[in-house]
Amino acid sequence: MKIVVLVKHVPDAAADRGFAADLTTDRAAVDCRLSELDEYAVEQALVLVEKQGEGEITYLTMGPESAGEALRKALSMGGDAGVHVVDDALHGSDAVATSLVLAAALKKLEWDLVITGMASTDGTMGVVPAMLAERLGVPGLTMAGKLDVEGTSVTIRRDSDDASTTITGSLPALVAVTDQTGEARYPSFKGIMAAKKKPVTTFTLADLGVDAAQVGLAGAWTAVETATKRPPRQAGTVITDEGDGGVKLAEFLATGKFI
Amino acid sequence: MAEVLVVVDHVDGAVRKPTLELLTIARRLGEPSAVFLGTGVENATAVLAEYGAARVYVVDAPEIDQYLVTPKVDALTQIAQASSPAAILVTSSAEGKEVAARTAVRLGSGLLTDANDVDASGVATQSVFAASYIINAKVTHGSPIITVKPNAAAPEAAPAAGTVENVTVAYSDLSSQPKITGVQPREKSGRPELTEAAIVVSGGRGVGGAEGFGVIEALADALGAAVGASRAATDAGWYPHAFQVGQTGKTVSPQLYVANGISGAIQHRAGMQTSKTIVAVNKDSEAPIFELADYGVVGDLFKVVPQLTDEVAKRKA
Repeated sequence: MKIVVLVKHVPDAAADRGFAADLTTDRAAVDCRLSELDEYAVEQALVLVEKQGEGEITYLTMGPESAGEALRKALSMGGDAGVHVVDDALHGSDAVATSLVLAAALKKLEWDLVITGMASTDGTMGVVPAMLAERLGVPGLTMAGKLDVEGTSVTIRRDSDDASTTITGSLPALVAVTDQTGEARYPSFKGIMAAKKKPVTTFTLADLGVDAAQVGLAGAWTAVETATKRPPRQAGTVITDEGDGGVKLAEFLATGKFI
Repeated sequence: MAEVLVVVDHVDGAVRKPTLELLTIARRLGEPSAVFLGTGVENATAVLAEYGAARVYVVDAPEIDQYLVTPKVDALTQIAQASSPAAILVTSSAEGKEVAARTAVRLGSGLLTDANDVDASGVATQSVFAASYIINAKVTHGSPIITVKPNAAAPEAAPAAGTVENVTVAYSDLSSQPKITGVQPREKSGRPELTEAAIVVSGGRGVGGAEGFGVIEALADALGAAVGASRAATDAGWYPHAFQVGQTGKTVSPQLYVANGISGAIQHRAGMQTSKTIVAVNKDSEAPIFELADYGVVGDLFKVVPQLTDEVAKRKA
């Protein structure tokens, strides 16, 4: 089975993230890393190949030169090869344009299954997987909390507010997995060394036959007009419980008319 | 006046509150038309009309419920192509976002998700980077598609005609579409929906175990609140994942958020820091949650919370 896992290099979610002068995500001011939510996708690909005893895993990313680090991180966890779509014209692409480029790259690759995370930790829209399934014309099984592949059939479990639903589709397919699929492994030292020798291919927009006017900040169909740092919340009252903490809290809630 | 399509979020025709919020927002942008997909419209038309739907487009076909989102995308795309709306508003749920995403690709429309508000010029307000930034963004191409979070507006009645128009949809080839092969309904708690609730009472690592959530639920019930949980609590299996508040769970913005035994890691703050009033109970006085709290109690939640529950019951009696 051939699997392509989509990975994204994002500003560390624990860092103090912000915007650049052109109102795109500032990648220079903070450390960037493989999006945590993509690690679950990598893990699921590795588990599938381990279970089936065969398979080939390729990681696909789109981003500036530095995004290659996300490929290396994924490759250090396991898998075979990386593909990096890199082109200056991509800077500032919105979700629709991102899906256009990734779909074009996926059309160049051979795969039975595409696995993605549920969202990136920077944009957090979570719409690229659905857009890709739409563009590729394959079944899209999103919000998967559990993933199984049996022959040419792919089954996921989706846990929503009112039900736990089992959904089945046939390969080729795209699956977006949540953090509920299971803890991702840490790369071993051997894995980190091996990753350095694994092949990474780069594609430009021209290689993919995508018109540069359709992507980037200028080609985006949405525009950020302003970005304002949220003022820190005013520090409130903190008391130490001396046996009447619950009563005092009730008084506060009554003042706010919550009771 | 230009039409604004509002996709109705409903269960067998019982319209969920976020749809009434969307109708209220839609009136700023033009004349709302509800898009009702599935069965049960006879239960929905009155309330949709009451909240301002001049038209109700209805697609009641077996395909809608048999498959996941594709038939809904087929329907919404065709209704949008026929009506050239000024905007398409969808609830920011997992399914809503998926329908919106696919429709954006088909229509050639820009897409904004998770809006906290949309003004009369179509500018959406969004909270980003774990709610540390507020951005204003606009769609610049095609009929704007915007998914809006619950609690973005207070629903306001504005009676309109609510004229029903049945629509026949030409479905795309559904033969290769994924199918629902099993459904295990979740037990109903009788509490309000987490993302829609005016008050949310949450428990975290400090609750200590599944049985500890009893005191959290008791307070929630006294306040008429929904129950939430931190990732630490859901990962440990103490409370179901569907109730997780945070970056990988639900984002809530209630009038009151009560955090119990939650330290306030960035992953949790991302899901709750836009709450109007925040109250915290934690035995660690250094817990970052106290930086956000309007009122905090440093103490044992198993003493403070039951006392609060009793006091709430007393005051309500």
